[in-house]
Amino acid sequence: MDYQKILSRKVVEMKPSGIRKFFDMLSDRKDVIGLTVGQPDFVTPWHIRDAAIRSIEKGKTYYTSNSGTLELRGEICRYMQRRYGLAYDPARETIVTVGGSEAIDLAVRACVAPGDEVIIPVPSFVCYGPIVTLAGGEPVYVECTEQNRFRLTADQLRAAITDKTKMLILPFPNNPTGAILEQDDLREIAKVLWDTDILVLSDEIYAELTYGREHRSIASMPGMWERTIIASGFSKAYAMTGWRIGYTLSPPEITAQMLKIHQYAIMCAPTISQLAAAEAMKNGDEDIAYMTGQYDQRRKLLLNELRTMGLPCFEPQGAFYVFPNISKFGLSSDEFCERLLNEAGVAIIPGTAFGPGGEGFARISYAYSVKHLLAATEKMREFLQKL
Amino acid sequence: MERILSQLEENGRLSAGQLAAMNDMSEAEVVAAVREYEQAGVILGYPALIDWDKTDKEFVQAIIELKVTPAPDTGFDAVAQTISDFPQVKSLYLTSGASYDLSLVVEGKTMREIAFFVAQKLASMDTVTGTATHFIMKKYKDKGVIFGTPDEDERERDI
Repeated sequence: MDYQKILSRKVVEMKPSGIRKFFDMLSDRKDVIGLTVGQPDFVTPWHIRDAAIRSIEKGKTYYTSNSGTLELRGEICRYMQRRYGLAYDPARETIVTVGGSEAIDLAVRACVAPGDEVIIPVPSFVCYGPIVTLAGGEPVYVECTEQNRFRLTADQLRAAITDKTKMLILPFPNNPTGAILEQDDLREIAKVLWDTDILVLSDEIYAELTYGREHRSIASMPGMWERTIIASGFSKAYAMTGWRIGYTLSPPEITAQMLKIHQYAIMCAPTISQLAAAEAMKNGDEDIAYMTGQYDQRRKLLLNELRTMGLPCFEPQGAFYVFPNISKFGLSSDEFCERLLNEAGVAIIPGTAFGPGGEGFARISYAYSVKHLLAATEKMREFLQKL
Repeated sequence: MERILSQLEENGRLSAGQLAAMNDMSEAEVVAAVREYEQAGVILGYPALIDWDKTDKEFVQAIIELKVTPAPDTGFDAVAQTISDFPQVKSLYLTSGASYDLSLVVEGKTMREIAFFVAQKLASMDTVTGTATHFIMKKYKDKGVIFGTPDEDERERDI
């Protein structure tokens, strides 16, 4: 059979993730110090794991309602109110999803029709473009620059809007750059959007991981609640990546449409994970504070190490990545990362894996122990001296 | 700045420059703070944590429990002081609840050497009324560090 001919054109033409490609290069090497992962090194706090164990002991192994347990939806809404001053109704404006990833997929599929344009700031997480393409939409990439601290500016947004623009994806705090948007940035972006019909998908999965500044959601800006879908989850804040629990928050009209997709495709998020997630939101604020504090120390340490070894580096204020500028070495991001891997045994991800605008940069994760980070930076320092 | 203490406890090789970066301090401030801790006896040393099982060195450790009669004025302190002075004694704790009072970790070249030390130096003390010796067969975790082969970082494997 000629599968290439039979299978969906759109899917066959879709490129696999550039992060994935780099992981494949690593898979058969034991001697490599990796700084590549996009997930916490902490184990899920014990009280959360214990809640899951108890739910299994009690035999809570059935489906929940499609949109998730009302208890968890209630906790999510209380949390959004408590942390970000945002009001959502657990019954009509909240869906518990299989991770933040499903939340993104739901939002795009519910809103984007063939021919619609979706503005995607880059560098950013790898999934937005392919999901938009699958929905028949057209990704419109806007390159955020180091000069602008990798923030999306109102001018850039205005220039990218056409009469086909359906949605703006707002991935801040950002993977891979660590950039955040502050109140003033959000207000300027809101001003561009508030008399249009453009929706915003705000991917706030890293909202808890900001340093020195509180995260603000675009939904809290005037005129924005009604056009914003928040996609978020428990993975990064509570170190719960493997539990696959996320959520959407959006006006009831949008939520109702997304819920239909979720109903048919997923049914409901895993019950055990939902019960654990409710415990996380009830009693997990201290865990977040502890982990964020640790990330912050490592962020400062890593930034200092990179700068003192001669790698210019934008100071990230969110997530757990730094995004150094490697352009002065006269190598492409791919070349730089491959040589670093082969000559120094340190793995980082080329910026190009995160879309246009990533050339000249590389992503380094600090979701690792201080000891691990310093072992890696020592080797990087030697590598750069020889370069 | 107790945070510096936690950071050093976890990684004694952090330089002043690295600690400064992690804590938004100047190097001079870090150096001054560490020196103060050292002088006040808060930081007592920077020993390496070694898994001797991976070396050829032959030695034995034992946990020793001692039942002790406290002195009228000084309680357990005087006898604890005396026992601490033996170089064979690596750690010494006064413990609650158990049927003994002092708990020691003792090191020697052979089991026989430790047995003699307990019999001749410890059991012979007037205040010591009973001993129990437990030889350590294998060390799994010490000072928060798990010994043996480090776990593979599973996060890198399956992504």
